[in-house]
Amino acid sequence: MAENTAEKIHDVRLEVNGVTHAVAVPARRLLSDALRQECGLTGTHVGCEHGVCGACTVLVDGRPVRSCLMFAVTAAGSEITTVEGLAEPDGSLNPAQQAFRECHGLQCGFCTPGFLTTVTAGIKENPCPTHEEAREMVAGNLCRCTGYQNIVKAVERAAEIARGDAPAAGPPDGDDGGLEAATGDTEVARKDDASTTGLGA
Amino acid sequence: MKPTAFDYARPETLEEAVQALGSHPDAKVLAGGQSLVPLMSMRLAAPALIVDINHLPGLDHVTADASGVRIGALARHADVLASADVRRVQPLVSLALANVAHPTIRNRGTTVGSIVHADAAAEMPMVLQLLGGSVDVVGSGGRRTIAADELYVAPLESSLAHDEVAVEAFFPALPAGSGVAFEEISRRHGDYAMCGVAAVVAVEDGRVTSARAGYLSVSDVPTVVDLTDALAGSVDDAALARAAEAALAQLEPESDIHATAAYRAHLAKVLTARVLTAAHDHAREE
Ligand SMILES: Cc1cc2nc3c(=O)[nH]c(=O)nc-3n(C[C@H](O)[C@H](O)[C@H](O)COP(=O)(O)OP(=O)(O)OC[C@H]3O[C@@H](n4cnc5c(N)ncnc54)[C@H](O)[C@@H]3O)c2cc1C
Ligand code: FES
Ligand code: FES
Repeated sequence: MAENTAEKIHDVRLEVNGVTHAVAVPARRLLSDALRQECGLTGTHVGCEHGVCGACTVLVDGRPVRSCLMFAVTAAGSEITTVEGLAEPDGSLNPAQQAFRECHGLQCGFCTPGFLTTVTAGIKENPCPTHEEAREMVAGNLCRCTGYQNIVKAVERAAEIARGDAPAAGPPDGDDGGLEAATGDTEVARKDDASTTGLGA
Repeated sequence: MKPTAFDYARPETLEEAVQALGSHPDAKVLAGGQSLVPLMSMRLAAPALIVDINHLPGLDHVTADASGVRIGALARHADVLASADVRRVQPLVSLALANVAHPTIRNRGTTVGSIVHADAAAEMPMVLQLLGGSVDVVGSGGRRTIAADELYVAPLESSLAHDEVAVEAFFPALPAGSGVAFEEISRRHGDYAMCGVAAVVAVEDGRVTSARAGYLSVSDVPTVVDLTDALAGSVDDAALARAAEAALAQLEPESDIHATAAYRAHLAKVLTARVLTAAHDHAREE
């Protein structure tokens, strides 16, 4: 960008998934880009970059927020949770991740990090969503693959697992291409990352 | 796309914020960023200085008493929507907020920001105007109250001075014997509406003493029309049809990529009858 040769760089401390990242960014650096580029956390995906698709959703002080609509400088002082920070302390999948895996709530996995952060917070706020409420919970997230049926099932299932009243689920059959994508850390996710970075740049 | 470069101020007091705004002719307040950041990323806006008010103390209140509802500049749409007091004192605020975007956008976007952003497609500017609310602003000249009537001067333009920060919005309480209703039609759930209508109807001794309707997304500024005459007799199909015609006579529906003017006119008519009926029913329950 040639328009400003002396762009001021801000030293910002971002608290992400319990770890402090000291980053140096211009004020216009979007939180989504700072997470991916400065923090190296590429689980947060960038789709539309204007708030519509939900792929970039992260938790800011526990609430789902579009990271593409926040500047990193504004986020200093807040606790940020990305998809990489959702798993339980022992590394096992959290209820939303388990449910997306069980219900086949993803195909390519591009939208999944945004759904998982949204649903993780959503079932905390509303532990017993009705079918309508489950749909409403994810109504702001777009998925171009699944047709949403299994995603809504996964929301209801995630709530069940979190409540602890879920019958033990059978292991997902066959190879589970969904597992790693649900944790936001796979080949699939990385390929998407490369292409979105390309688009956004 | 990415925003253009800008200078960034993160004031910790209102005075500092006002001063920062005054320091540059092209400075802009950043609140929730849910309208401003997309505009900057699309390069439809390129402010030279961003004054980030998110860290100012004492502006995130949502209170309601017998006079009405007061919403601080840093109260997020979600905080206002979650308030049972707001719903009780002025239910139209809650009814309309449930139609503002998606929960995730509401977690960050502020109700006051939406009001001063003055988008004719947005719910809260129209509701403020319909209810006769106001906004308190603080600038280098001190604090003043701007009535909704004087707030909306042109499309996407409010009458705030360049160095003024809106600190609080006020929505008057719903008086006894009055009812409200809100309906909108959008292509997809959570999108900006192609047409939205809200109504406030007052009833005394079984007769309508006042009926007003507000329109969003129909004209290029939020519009309120008085429909009392049409409903002065009884509230039946003929009266509702008269009211819808009377409303349309005062509106100038516009065409855009979302809907033609004719379709908007049709929606305005149908929704007018619906919300007047619902607000009238609500008034009789009150
Ligand atoms: C995907 C999406 C869908 C949406 N759908 C809807 C919808 O259906 N209906 C709707 O109404 N809105 C919708 N919005 C917009 C949303 O409601 C915004 O939150 C709101 O319009 C602006 O509030 P903000 O706090 O985000 O303001 P910002 O984006 O921070 O600011 C908007 C403008 O107002 C000014 N401003 C903000 N606060 C102040 C203040 N206190 N004093 C002085 N100036 C101020 C800013 O300088 C800027 O010019 C949507 C947004 C997105 C991203
Ligand atoms: S990338 Fe942020 S909402 Fe689409
Ligand atoms: S799984 Fe491909 S976009 Fe949702």
